[in-house]
Amino acid sequence: MPAEIYLNVAVSGILTGLVYGLMALGLSVIFGVVRVVNFAHGEMMTIAMYLAIVLFATLGFDPLLMLVPIAIVLFVAGYLLQATVINKFITRPEHSQFLLLVAIAIIIVNVLLIIFGPDAQSVQTSYSFDSYQVGPLIIDATKLYAGAAAILVAIGLVAFFQFTTLGTAIRACADNYTGAQVVGLDVNRLYALTFGLGAACVGAAGTMLVIIIDVTPALGPAYTLLAFVIVITGGLGSMTGALLGGVLIGLTEAIAGLLYSPSAKSMFAFAILVLVLLFRPQGIVGKRTA
Amino acid sequence: MIKWLFDGVTIGGQALLAVILALALAAPLFVDDYLLSVFIVTLYFAYTGQAWNVMMGFAGQLSLGHAIYVGLAAYTAAVLFVELRISPWIGILAAIPVAVLCGAIIGFLAFRFRVAGVYFAILTIAFAEFARIGFDHFSAVGGSAGLFLPVASYAKFDLWNLRGGPEMFYYLILVMVIAVFLICRALMHSRVGYYWLAIREDEQAARALGIDTFRYKMIAVLVSAGMTAPAGVFLAFYHNNLFPEQIFHISQSIEIILAPIIGGIGTLFGPIIGAALLQWLAESLRVGLEAVGIDVPGSKQVFFGVLLLLVVIAVPEGLWPWIAAKFRLTERKP
Repeated sequence: MPAEIYLNVAVSGILTGLVYGLMALGLSVIFGVVRVVNFAHGEMMTIAMYLAIVLFATLGFDPLLMLVPIAIVLFVAGYLLQATVINKFITRPEHSQFLLLVAIAIIIVNVLLIIFGPDAQSVQTSYSFDSYQVGPLIIDATKLYAGAAAILVAIGLVAFFQFTTLGTAIRACADNYTGAQVVGLDVNRLYALTFGLGAACVGAAGTMLVIIIDVTPALGPAYTLLAFVIVITGGLGSMTGALLGGVLIGLTEAIAGLLYSPSAKSMFAFAILVLVLLFRPQGIVGKRTA
Repeated sequence: MIKWLFDGVTIGGQALLAVILALALAAPLFVDDYLLSVFIVTLYFAYTGQAWNVMMGFAGQLSLGHAIYVGLAAYTAAVLFVELRISPWIGILAAIPVAVLCGAIIGFLAFRFRVAGVYFAILTIAFAEFARIGFDHFSAVGGSAGLFLPVASYAKFDLWNLRGGPEMFYYLILVMVIAVFLICRALMHSRVGYYWLAIREDEQAARALGIDTFRYKMIAVLVSAGMTAPAGVFLAFYHNNLFPEQIFHISQSIEIILAPIIGGIGTLFGPIIGAALLQWLAESLRVGLEAVGIDVPGSKQVFFGVLLLLVVIAVPEGLWPWIAAKFRLTERKP
C-alpha cells in the first residue's frame, strides 16, 4: 500500500476523532463536576442525530447550521433531567446512579427505535462527496467541517469555564462541594447547568457526526462506551485530555480498520483503554490524585 | 444444619419458603412448555444475580462485565462437547478454571493498579467488549456466525450429555439456584464474608484493621467468576447455540445485574425476588401488548425502562428488605 493511503486514513481518523473528543468532553464535564457517570451519553447523542436528520429531511436545514439550535435543545433537556431527577441521586451510591441512567438510556434507545425503526439513516448534503486536495492528501469536506466545528465548540467551552463568573462558580463546585455551598452557591442549579452543558456538547457532536456516519438507534450504547474509553484515556476531568483522547481513539480506529478489519476497530480502542487504566490510570494528561 | 439454615427466619418465613419450594418442585407437572421456559429464564437470572451479588453485594466491587464469565464458560464447555464429545459435567471442570482465570486477570490488574469504583466498572465492561469483538473474529469457534451444538431429539433424556427436554433443564437450574443460595449463605456468615462486608463499607478502615484488602477483593472476584461459569455452561446446552453478539454483549451483563439490584443488593433473596419480578413483568407486558395489538419493536423495552426508573427512584434499597420487614419474614435485618 502506498504511504498516501496511511496518511489519508490518519487525517480522516484525526478529524473524526475531534468530534469524538467533543462528545467525550461532554461526559468529562458532567463527571468532573457532578460526579455522576452519564451512562446515557451516547443515547443522548443519538437524539441529537435524529433531530438533525428530521430537520434535514423535512425542512432541508443543513446539519452544520443546526449545530447551535440542536445544542440548545439538548442543553434544555439535560438541564431538566439533572434538575428533576439526577440531583436527587447525587448522594446515592454509584450503582444506584448507574441504574437510573441505564433506565434512561433504555428508554431513549427504544423510543427512537419505535419512532424511526432499526434501519440506518443518513443525511446527504450538497458537500457530502466534496473533498479538498492538499498535496498528496485528499480530505473529505464533511470531516473537515465537522472537525473544525468540534474545535470551535471546545474552545468556546474552555473559555466559558476559564473566563466567566458562572464557569468559575461551576469549577468551584467541582473542586469543593461543601465549600461551594458555604460561600452560598446554588449547587443544584449549577449542577443542572453543567449537565445541560455536557448534553449540549454531545448534541453538537451528534449533529456533526450525522454528516460523517449513518445513524441507527443501536448506536447509542456503542457511543456511550466509546465516550468512556476516550475520557479515561485522556484523563477524567481534563478538557484537553478528552480532545486528545478522542483524536487518539479516532486515529487508532481508522488505522486498525485499514490494517485489520473495520468491524474489529473498537477492539483496539478497548485495548488502549485497558493499557491506559493499567499503566497511566490518570490518563494521558490527567494528574495523579490517589 | 437445619437449625443453622433457618437461623433468623420467622415461622411465617419458613412456611412461605416451604410452600414456594414445593411449588417450584411440582411446577413442571402443571405448566406448559412455554411457561416452563419462562421459569427457566427466571431461575437462570436468579442464579447469575446471586453470583454477581458476591462481588457487588458482599464485597462492594461493581462489575458491569459479568457476561465475559458466562461467555467464556459457555464457549469452553461447548467447544469441548462439539469437537471432542466431552460431557458438560467434565467440560465444566475446564469452564470454571477458565472463568476464574479471567477473573484473576481482571482482578489482579485492577486491584494491583488501584483501579476502583467507576474505573473498575468500566474496566470490566472493556474486557467483556474486548471478548465480544474478539470472539466475533475468532473463526475457529464460528466467529460472528455462531457456534452450534448438535440438537438431540426432544424426548431424549440424556443427563450425562445434557441433551433433553425442558423439564431436565428446569430441575437442573433449580438445583443450581438452591446450591448457589446455600453457598452464598455460608459465605455471608463466614470470616471471608465479614471481611468483605468491612471492605464494602469502608475499604480504608478495613485495611487499617489489618485486613488484606487486595487478597479478599481478589477472592470475591474469583468466587463470583467461578460461580457464574456454570450458568454459562447451562446456557450453552440449553440454547444449543452461542453468538458472541448475544452472550458477551453488554446488555447480557446489564440483565444479570438487574435482578439483584431490584431485589436488593447484598441480600440472599434479592436476586431471586428480583428475577421473578422482572420476568413476571416482562411476560405480563408481552401478553398485555399482544392483547391490545401493539407489535412495535422496542415498545416492551420502553415500558421496562420506565418501570426500572420508577423502582430505582422509589425503592432504592431493593424490594427484599422492604418485603422482609413488611411481612416479618426475618427477625433481623436480612
